[in-house]
Amino acid sequence: MSVMTEVTIFVLAAFVGFEVISKVPTTLHTPLMSQTNAIHGIVMLGGLIVVGYANDPLEYVIGTIAIAFGAINIVGGFMVTDRMLGMFSKKPKPKADADGKVGK
Amino acid sequence: MSLLAVLEPGGSAATALYIVAFSLFILGVRQGTHPTTAKRGNMIAAVGMAVAVVTTLLLDGIGNWGLIALGLGIGTAVGVIASIRVQMTEMPQMVALYNGVGGGAVALIAWSELRHGISGIDSGEIASIPLEELIPTLFAAVVGSVSFWGSNIAFAKLQDLIPTKPLSVPGQQVINAVLLIGILAACVDIAVNNGDPSQAIFIAILLAAALLGNLVVLPIGGADMPVVISLLNAFTGLSAAAAGFALHNVALIVAGTLVGSSGTILTMEMATAMNRSVGNVLFAGFGGAPAGGAAGSTEERPHVSIGAQDAAIKLAYADTVVIVPGYGLAVAQAQHAIKEVADELESRGVTVNYAIHPVAGRMPGHMNVLLAEADVPYEQLKEMEEINPEMPRTDVAVIVGANDVTNPAAKNDPDSPIAGMPIIEVSEAQQVIVIKRSLSPGFAGIDNDLFYEANTSMLFDDAKKAAADIAAEIQNL
Repeated sequence: MSVMTEVTIFVLAAFVGFEVISKVPTTLHTPLMSQTNAIHGIVMLGGLIVVGYANDPLEYVIGTIAIAFGAINIVGGFMVTDRMLGMFSKKPKPKADADGKVGK
Repeated sequence: MSLLAVLEPGGSAATALYIVAFSLFILGVRQGTHPTTAKRGNMIAAVGMAVAVVTTLLLDGIGNWGLIALGLGIGTAVGVIASIRVQMTEMPQMVALYNGVGGGAVALIAWSELRHGISGIDSGEIASIPLEELIPTLFAAVVGSVSFWGSNIAFAKLQDLIPTKPLSVPGQQVINAVLLIGILAACVDIAVNNGDPSQAIFIAILLAAALLGNLVVLPIGGADMPVVISLLNAFTGLSAAAAGFALHNVALIVAGTLVGSSGTILTMEMATAMNRSVGNVLFAGFGGAPAGGAAGSTEERPHVSIGAQDAAIKLAYADTVVIVPGYGLAVAQAQHAIKEVADELESRGVTVNYAIHPVAGRMPGHMNVLLAEADVPYEQLKEMEEINPEMPRTDVAVIVGANDVTNPAAKNDPDSPIAGMPIIEVSEAQQVIVIKRSLSPGFAGIDNDLFYEANTSMLFDDAKKAAADIAAEIQNL
């Protein structure tokens, strides 16, 4: 892939990112942040590639730490986001005694 | 070497699977636009991540499975334990920490990429590292290292391991500028003397960037944390995208850019909500500056002080109540007690809503999560623009642990330090109850005129205790 193709992908991804993310309501900004944090864990692929093809001790160490960091990012990020969103998706309990609440 | 080696690195099959992965990321984030679909969106993004990881493990020639398993095992264990044990009030430091490890991973990968380039030169495979790989590698190293250390400092501040008040050394700006210029010069040096087998300069860059990360975040006060965390989020995203350029990996480029966009949008929104520029937050040390004048000159101004019983009566006989929570509510862990008050009021037919200022809490949207934890239905969580027009029709506004975001001076006094900052216009409500420990000023260090207005009553107490008392009093009515 040529560098200009990569730049094209980057620019288009930036526009898509701005478009999609600006539609996320304020209410969900904290889960959004922890979810994008998890997505950022994609850097673990770099760690996998480093370790997977490494053949000297320093790279073993660097790469293994990078994998561990990335895995924390991915696993922790997605799980904690799931926990938070679980709180939002809980159904509000039906209000039996809600008479007189409308039309004020 | 490997049993699973089936995909050619950089080949069509691997790239196609990476495209599937990043499409799932975008789809996942898009589902995050509504509370009812967001959980599914998170699952979709996680599936995308699984696709990306499995694809990479299937690349031809990948080996060292023991080390890969070790790294994955450690990271997964830490991630699982941390995400189960974290309190919702601690979410900002959690995100800061995840940000940090993400940035650290990028910096380490960049270092290893440079070593690969150098060993390629040594073995005569390539004459020099191509600039289109070297530049993103250096960028990833610098930004990754800055965000690793910056995030760790933010974590330490939020966790109260180091003082949250701004800490600065004399000549800070000069030191930062020198460091930045030095880093840039060293990067240029590496690019010019391309193929220099020594990694000493590169390691020096990593260290200088680490120092810069520390020095930039240390002087920033606790109130500005929503901006800092968002900005660090944007930085790690961009560093991941840069690593994608260095590794020629589309999944990294798109995912990193997505995270970068998200962090950038949130940073701008937070700065707007505080009516300050990002540069001002980073370099002005706002939280500490005005302490000199304001503290000494506070003469006692007349105000109305009430107890829990009076507050209960005002609330119970209202038709509409708006609760304005601030960071003080989070500190006091009062979200559940406040929900009890709301439940009592609702059972009496009072309409209760919550007015959430964009910077309530310590990260974007933090207050919403805290209230969601206390089972407050999200339909009752109103954004500032939504609730302000309702204020004149509101009988009682209850302010719990919020201060500057309700200060009418932001609207009325053009000379105020917070002039122009968007506020929740509680003084438009018929009556205002402020639950607060004392009349002391908020983060901005200025007096809040709201406390002395005729329709304002002050309830001096800890937020959690006050809310519990009010709930009990309403029950007794």
